[in-house]
Amino acid sequence: MAGAKEIRTKIASIKSTQKITKAMQMVAGAKMRKAQERMTASRPYALKMLQVIAHLSHASPEYRHSYMAANREHKRVGYIVISSDRGLCGGLNTNLFRKLALEIRDQRKAGVETSFAVIGSKALAFFRRFGGKVMAQVTHIGDKPHVEDLIGAVRVLLDAYEAGEIDAIYVAYNEFVNTMTQKPMIGQLVPIHAEKIEKIPTHWDYIYEPEPKVVLDALLTRYIESLVYQAVVENGACEQSARMVAMRAASENAGSLISELQLVYNKARQAAITQEISEIVGGAAAV
Amino acid sequence: MPMTVHVDIVSAERAIHSGLATMVFAPGEMGELGIAPRHTALITRLRPGEVRVQKMDGETEHFFVSGGMLEVQPHVVTVLADTAIRARDLDEAAAAEAKRRAEDALAGKAAEFQYAKAQAELAEAVAQLRAIERLRKTKVS
Repeated sequence: MAGAKEIRTKIASIKSTQKITKAMQMVAGAKMRKAQERMTASRPYALKMLQVIAHLSHASPEYRHSYMAANREHKRVGYIVISSDRGLCGGLNTNLFRKLALEIRDQRKAGVETSFAVIGSKALAFFRRFGGKVMAQVTHIGDKPHVEDLIGAVRVLLDAYEAGEIDAIYVAYNEFVNTMTQKPMIGQLVPIHAEKIEKIPTHWDYIYEPEPKVVLDALLTRYIESLVYQAVVENGACEQSARMVAMRAASENAGSLISELQLVYNKARQAAITQEISEIVGGAAAV
Repeated sequence: MPMTVHVDIVSAERAIHSGLATMVFAPGEMGELGIAPRHTALITRLRPGEVRVQKMDGETEHFFVSGGMLEVQPHVVTVLADTAIRARDLDEAAAAEAKRRAEDALAGKAAEFQYAKAQAELAEAVAQLRAIERLRKTKVS
């Protein structure tokens, strides 16, 4: 029964793997719910901020902030690439990088230079292989990302934008459609799309402390940071749900593997018993 | 029924408070502000400190903010709170840090101590302590 024993140890090892993937699936499920809560919790801030910005840009139309002016030609662009820190989450990061790589190729063809700010260690690893001008990076932000972790990386690109070194900033992340679907997205961050700032007729203006320009500067920077934060949180929710789905598939595969092996094992055992019986019968007949 | 104003305190990470108030106090950049209902429209930056919300039942709620923006409209007060102390040089320090990390990661070096960050953390801790102290005092009296 040498074959049977081998199969038995194989089944045991697959079972323990299945236990791990099941546990990971459950953990990812719990984390996903929390990440989704964070996603919804971050929305009112950005929404409120957009209202204020819309009002401000309306109330003092003579001052156009450089983040809002959209007439520059895009010669050099910056990307904020958001990825997960850990693997085992299916094709989540790979899908995003593939989309990004295609986009970069197109940009290069069009003669547009690209530079990157990287969030998450998977993206960093990607750029190490892929090459490209990485201007800033943040990794290991954990399951509970904080805005202040991201300020630095965003600032680098915003500074470059203000200095005229880049003409636009894009953000690449995974959009959370639902638990089963995540969509890689590349969206424009700066300059802010004019249609986002809707037109509201106003007959009044704020009292500013200090002057409008300073207030608007502070608001816009925070608004952009909050958008990046939202993207990070959304990508986090994607990571957890992708991991949950991947781990569920892994557990199911382990299950079917186990039942197949069990069948083989049973057959081998049956064959051994049959052989033994026929040997005994043969032996008895000989006597 | 006393006159009230709706108060929203939100940060980038979560909604902190939402409700009606008879009076709101906030640490504005140009000085402490007291906002009563039907205050004229105003927008200002906030210093790190505490925002006090006087509710209809006379109770006061305290919130610590590390800065941010305050938007006032006659019937709505919105505090857009920062989650950390912000200053121009600090942001620059964070940017430099992110840049350096990118260079290090590509070269493979370890992180080192950041003076500006420590200073900011100290400033925030002091402001927080002050808010806590004031909270304690109001509870005793």
